[in-house]
Amino acid sequence: MVPGDLRYTKDHEWVRVEGDVATVGITEFAAHQLGDVVFVELPAVGRTLAQHATFGVVESVKAVSDLFAPVSGEVVATNEALGSRPELVNTDPYGEGWMLRVKVADAGQLDGLLAAEAYEQLTAEG
Amino acid sequence: MPYGPHSADDRARMLEAVGVDSVDRLFDDIPEALRSSPLRMDPPEPELALTARLLELASRNRTDLASFLGAGAYRHWTPAAVDQMLLRGEWYTAYTPYQPEVSQGTLQSIYEYQSLLAELTGMDVVSASHYDGGAATAEAALMTCRATGRERLLVSRGVHPHYRRTLETYADGAGLRVDEVPLAVEGPEAGTTDLAALQSMLADGAPVAGVVAANPNVLGLLEDLPRIGALAHGAGALLVHVIEPVSLSVLATPGETGADIACGEGQPLGIPLQYGGPYLGIVACREPLIRQIPGRLVGLTRDLEGRRAFVMTMRAREQDIRREKAASNICTNQALLALAAAIYLAAIGPHGLRDVAALGAARASELEAALAAAGAPRLHAGPYLNEFAVRVPDARRVHARLLDRGVLAGIPLAELLPADPSLADGLLVCATEVTTPADIATFADALRAELAGGAA
Amino acid sequence: MSVVGEKLQPTIFELSRPGRGGGKIPHPPADALDRIPASARRITPPALPELSEPEVVRHYVNLSTLNYSVDTGFYPLGSCTMKYNPKLNEWAARLPGFAGLHPLAPDAASQGTLALLFELEAMLAEISGMAAVTLQPAAGAQGELTGILMIRAYHRARGDLERTEVLVPDSSHGTNPATASMAGFKTVTIPSAPDGGVDIAAFRSALGPRTAAIMITNPSTLGLFEARVGELLEATHAAGALAYMDGANLNAILGRFRPGQAGFDVMHFNTHKTFSTPHGGGGPGAGPVGVRELLVPFLPSPRVLQAPDGSFRLERDGERPLTIGRVRSFFGSTGVLIRAYAYLRAHGGTGLREVSDDAVLAANYMKARLSGTYVVPFERACKHEFVASASEIKHRTGVRTLDIAKRLIDKGYHPPTIYFPLTVDEGMLIEPTETESLETLDGFIAALLEIAREADDDPELVTSAPHDAPVRRLDEAAAARQPNLRWRGMTGVERPCGD
Repeated sequence: MVPGDLRYTKDHEWVRVEGDVATVGITEFAAHQLGDVVFVELPAVGRTLAQHATFGVVESVKAVSDLFAPVSGEVVATNEALGSRPELVNTDPYGEGWMLRVKVADAGQLDGLLAAEAYEQLTAEG
Repeated sequence: MPYGPHSADDRARMLEAVGVDSVDRLFDDIPEALRSSPLRMDPPEPELALTARLLELASRNRTDLASFLGAGAYRHWTPAAVDQMLLRGEWYTAYTPYQPEVSQGTLQSIYEYQSLLAELTGMDVVSASHYDGGAATAEAALMTCRATGRERLLVSRGVHPHYRRTLETYADGAGLRVDEVPLAVEGPEAGTTDLAALQSMLADGAPVAGVVAANPNVLGLLEDLPRIGALAHGAGALLVHVIEPVSLSVLATPGETGADIACGEGQPLGIPLQYGGPYLGIVACREPLIRQIPGRLVGLTRDLEGRRAFVMTMRAREQDIRREKAASNICTNQALLALAAAIYLAAIGPHGLRDVAALGAARASELEAALAAAGAPRLHAGPYLNEFAVRVPDARRVHARLLDRGVLAGIPLAELLPADPSLADGLLVCATEVTTPADIATFADALRAELAGGAA
Repeated sequence: MSVVGEKLQPTIFELSRPGRGGGKIPHPPADALDRIPASARRITPPALPELSEPEVVRHYVNLSTLNYSVDTGFYPLGSCTMKYNPKLNEWAARLPGFAGLHPLAPDAASQGTLALLFELEAMLAEISGMAAVTLQPAAGAQGELTGILMIRAYHRARGDLERTEVLVPDSSHGTNPATASMAGFKTVTIPSAPDGGVDIAAFRSALGPRTAAIMITNPSTLGLFEARVGELLEATHAAGALAYMDGANLNAILGRFRPGQAGFDVMHFNTHKTFSTPHGGGGPGAGPVGVRELLVPFLPSPRVLQAPDGSFRLERDGERPLTIGRVRSFFGSTGVLIRAYAYLRAHGGTGLREVSDDAVLAANYMKARLSGTYVVPFERACKHEFVASASEIKHRTGVRTLDIAKRLIDKGYHPPTIYFPLTVDEGMLIEPTETESLETLDGFIAALLEIAREADDDPELVTSAPHDAPVRRLDEAAAARQPNLRWRGMTGVERPCGD
């Protein structure tokens, strides 16, 4: 079950919007596919991301995956806890395992993201 | 085939199970037009004959001469225990420890190597090994570019010319710019990195990612690494300290000089000269650069039952997982040479290692005095450990003539560093703990005779 | 304190006691270091361990017994060619005349080694059908970099600066795309066709004026000969690109297929695979590179040359202006090359062809015997290795290829390469080599068939394997999250339990 109040990308990022700030992480499905996450590389606060561009990397024991920005905007915070506890991505992907907060530059981009149902369908298809 | 076990009957049984009448059928998928013509090679040589051939080839090399060769590869005595251990098949016929449950020997030995070299260099992290000093220096320099996001490197001409050429090759591939910092030509600092030139090169042009300097440098001279490091750091660049590991038992370590990365050639730690390799590339760094270090790393962990165990770790940085995004394509390392270095250090101990360095220094002092008395004074004034350059008129000719007198009289600097005219009359000579007073006398006598114009 | 398993060893640091060892080096004069300025000296002495020689020997002998090795058992690690390492070669490389030769010794003092290297180059050129060979690269991956840099230099020398891409099949070794990146190229990944070969249509559409090179492993990492290789080469050359062959799998085609003769422009050899130089627990290797005539000017320097009087010498700096330069210091991994030379001499041309014949026969035999119990995704004749998949077993029992690999350890075998190539689900790449007897092959086959039965009858037995190894499965996530990469100090000096 994926949280119904979030938006999703085909690349398995989720977005939670509060005001003009979007919190971004990866879905439980993605975390499970990767296996035990051991390292998350995140951008510096202040960097401006373009939608669909890579903003970081997540590594598990034997896999690596790029992270793609779901929306354009400036990074206003990153989850520093992941530096010492990357396993939070596995144990609480939609909560403590969040990755970054972005000041949304174009709210219109949010409409292009997947709703929970559509994302669930995508992962069900494999 | 000398090492094949199959009888005709074995082959017939296998063919039957496969369901073909001839092994040729298994190669039918090679297009006819592309099939190999028969190999034009000698017939197989029985081991008895091959043994004789190899002995004869080895005997053509002159390893019986009084040798004063150094310049990045050093003659040292190695405790007999080292090679006896290396000859165990469990070490040398194993592969990369991909299955940690049946590779704890190799994994623990690499972890111990990393730990020993961390102690020796004063750095936090040491990679499981690289190809050699040249490739290690190139990889270390590239690390500074990844860490700083800058694309220009400064490398001192005091760094071994082969390392500089290797770095150029790697940097060219990566689209990076490399500028060489000249050596001071005059005064007490002659032969060491020209600090004024370094300062202005750091100030002018594109921002510098890393400054690469060696201690001792290729001329055997001691460099002011802390000063070089301070200049580099002042410009936002990192310092790469090219080391010689035996000297680190007595000389300031990269940890003490303020280096961010250490790299160098591990051959002096129990590895035979063998005409250039296989050797041992050392790469070490401080903790914050851990994500930038290329190649394999072994870490300590636990098994299901809580027992201490070792495993290759941080694997997702490497080429087999990250593919085109990997920091380096390195795969094979020099595990067996890292093992040799570890056994050497364990067998010789901290005091033994210091004695190796000190005895080399003592022999070098004797060599300096003997050569000066024979008419070849030092070329530079600065301090050295066990390798230095002397001035010999017409050095290349004298060098060749001394070979006829049974002396490998070091290396003509006109060949090693042809770009620097101030070194044209130089011979780079080296002494270690295996240099004997008799060798030194042979060299000095031959040189005296040669400079006097005497016949051999 | 640390919990060290019964079969495991304390670290060399834990074994240290102050004052042990020593006495191996004559005492230097007390003033030996007086001329070194204080500012240049090391301040804190290194905390290196102190042990007596018997303790050092016991430590490393006991550690060695924790390893699996070719000398102790069957090691069917696909793509690694874990064949027998002849003892003559170890003896040869240690001959004082070879081992004691300084890399900057004058040519006149190095004639034996130079002659050997010159002959070795010629033999490798003949085997590969190439015009010339460089022996400098330290390993296969460095050979790849050397080859791709030569290709880049070739295009540049022709003024062709638009070629920025290297085409690589999705089943390739990771070193191929990583090499392309190191040489400044963009990797374009080509999918595999259903038969395991390169998808020709995808290949053709990716090929163009921006293509600098293609990198093909042949036989492929699936153990299959690229039957359309002629078409691939023709299209590559028609597009003005060059063809690189990854020679990792050369053990399958000695005397059957010469890449240079067939039209490849450059290839590397892995001496530690094809020519029996020992793998050494992960290295050293050597990665000679062969090239066709058009790339000879770009070979790394120095090469070995023969003078009109028959003597040998190293090329001098600047003698070949178009060289890509050096990829490492000194000549190369000569000690490894001496072993490869002895191997080639021992086999000759006829023996090398027998090597490939027996390696290919053994692989096809195992494939035939395992087919049915394991999925063999490619039915046609394999070369020296083949992919088997546990996908049906996993579907039926939940037991994965990883579990089967670990269970093989209990049965006395080193597991095959698993989950490579990535293109086969639950794959294991099995390479028996030509030096294993039929009884050994049969024993391994029986073990794999038995594990398949165990997966049905008692899956827990397989998923919890290994049971009979020095350690159980490891916590690799913890190792990577909080890396402990070195022993700190000489603390914790306690004898482990079971000692």
